[in-house]
Amino acid sequence: MLKFIFRRAALIIPTFIGVTLLTFALVRLVPGDPLEMMAGERGLSPERHAVLMEQYGFDKPLLEQYGIYLMEVAGGNFGRSVVTKKPVMQEFFERFPATVELALCAMIFAVVIGLPMGVIAAVRRGTVIDYAVMGTAVTGFSMPIFWWALLLVLFFSVNLGWTPVSGRLSAFYWVDARTGFMLIDSLLSDEKGAFGSAVSHLILPSVALGTIPLAIIARMTRSSMLEVLHEDYVRTARAKGLSPFRVVAVHALRNALIPVITVIGLATGILLAGAILTETIFSWPGIGKWLIEAVRRRDYPTVQGGVLLVATIIMIVNLLVDLLYGVVNPRIRHAAERT
Amino acid sequence: MSAPATNPVQAAPPHPLVEIWRDFSRNRGAMLGLALIVVVTFVAVFADVVAPYGPAEQFRDAFLSPPSWLAGGDPRFFLGTDDVGRDILSRLIYGARLSLTIGAVVVTLALAVGVTLGLCAGFFGGLVDIAVMRLMDIMLALPALLLAIVIVAVLGPGLTNAMIAVTVVVVPHYARLTRGAVLSELGRDYVTASRVAGAGPLRLMFITVLPNCMAPLIVQATLGFSGAILDAAALGFLGLGAQPPTPEWGSMLANALQFIQRAWWVVTFPGLAILVTVLAFNLMGDGLRDALDPKLKR
Repeated sequence: MLKFIFRRAALIIPTFIGVTLLTFALVRLVPGDPLEMMAGERGLSPERHAVLMEQYGFDKPLLEQYGIYLMEVAGGNFGRSVVTKKPVMQEFFERFPATVELALCAMIFAVVIGLPMGVIAAVRRGTVIDYAVMGTAVTGFSMPIFWWALLLVLFFSVNLGWTPVSGRLSAFYWVDARTGFMLIDSLLSDEKGAFGSAVSHLILPSVALGTIPLAIIARMTRSSMLEVLHEDYVRTARAKGLSPFRVVAVHALRNALIPVITVIGLATGILLAGAILTETIFSWPGIGKWLIEAVRRRDYPTVQGGVLLVATIIMIVNLLVDLLYGVVNPRIRHAAERT
Repeated sequence: MSAPATNPVQAAPPHPLVEIWRDFSRNRGAMLGLALIVVVTFVAVFADVVAPYGPAEQFRDAFLSPPSWLAGGDPRFFLGTDDVGRDILSRLIYGARLSLTIGAVVVTLALAVGVTLGLCAGFFGGLVDIAVMRLMDIMLALPALLLAIVIVAVLGPGLTNAMIAVTVVVVPHYARLTRGAVLSELGRDYVTASRVAGAGPLRLMFITVLPNCMAPLIVQATLGFSGAILDAAALGFLGLGAQPPTPEWGSMLANALQFIQRAWWVVTFPGLAILVTVLAFNLMGDGLRDALDPKLKR
């Protein structure tokens, strides 16, 4: 098992180095002078320009610049924002909990609704229920979520007034950021009603963000269940006289879940990278909104560092999914150990 | 695509295309998708004739006029007007032209680049394979939309750059798919026979092997259409794609955001247009997948 883990972990390193090349090239590929672009309309005096050239190391040969960049990254220095002057790493981890909170809630929504949908569609294959579920799934899969989010806001927030329009907490409350997770922080605080406010702020963004994963999970679960339902052990379980619920929920679902878990894991990785569209629409102070604002402000060091951090998170999550897959599917693990 | 008359001799197997069409037409969802695509394409091609007004034509007397069937609606504007008095229906119709063009350009470019890369990786193996596939892995290490945004950030906002960005983002899928298909074909006898007969590498790649790898590529290309339209609309929505006054669906939505409380129709219809078009390509893609290769069925 240990050998299997090391093997998969080692595969990350070349990809990571590749991504550093990509983010390194990013700033150098900007047409014109990146310093002038970042300075914007104010412009730069020639003296200041020379100072900045040296500070960012743009006056050195490219290969040396990349070497310096790689060493910095290895030392945990991901650069400093041009706008706020704070280290990119610090800015990233200030916002990361908000993104994690939203991603987990969206994923919980997607799994809680999508998994039963897929199971029911498979069990009632060819019926109206199956068509309804699959129709919903392909619609959800095709949904432009920036529009879907707007519709949800229009209906539930503007027309019905049930949920707030944006943000993480009502302005009536002030909660100390102890963990960064608003649900936990609001529970820890003395403010009454803060937790309810945090929950109501989470509902619409979670639904919007969870819709596409929900559709993918429902489809995956259905097709995986359909394959498993024809297996001999399911017939055996039926023949033993087990209740239909037990056959489906225990015998079939457990085996059908293996590919679904992979899909859930990979989707979680992508959600953890920040939901650019959802976070923008709901003014959710997470990684996605932070990155798109950095792009708009031409804050290249932040974009560079942020993209590298996001890629790292995704690679780590994918590695964990791979390992988890090995755990839940012994066939993979043993195949890897034998070679 | 229409089915030619069936062969009078019962024993002869039907032409493969006939068989595919038979499987495809049995799938009601796929047929619905195909019908929608035909309608959208028709509207896009004949936009000049179909649209009541020009996409940038302004009516100073009708700002944010509601759809014609609602109270206060103007009978001239079926889906209402936007904040500067432009007919929303006309803009959506011209937008269809834009979205289908985006889809076609992105899919064509991505197919050309991705298939070439995949063929090279599959055929030459060794260093070429490692280099190409590692590069694709790196690109897949980032979420598609983020990578597209970063590319637009470097190139500058605009419709052309957005199309380039979306193309670059989807290339790895085509490359991986082609490489996989090539590797499974390479060991077959017909490839060996062709090689023994003296076929050069280019002929082997493009004429002998590639046609046998087409099934998954066709499916991916159809689904790629919807992905491209969706991603380009998202970039337009973020202000990084098509710039106003271009009637691109995503940027129409972005411009309408400030009126969401006063005029729901400026927000609702562009999004509906995106959803219906994307849905149509996804339905057809699913149908094609089932018809072309039952093994591919998810």
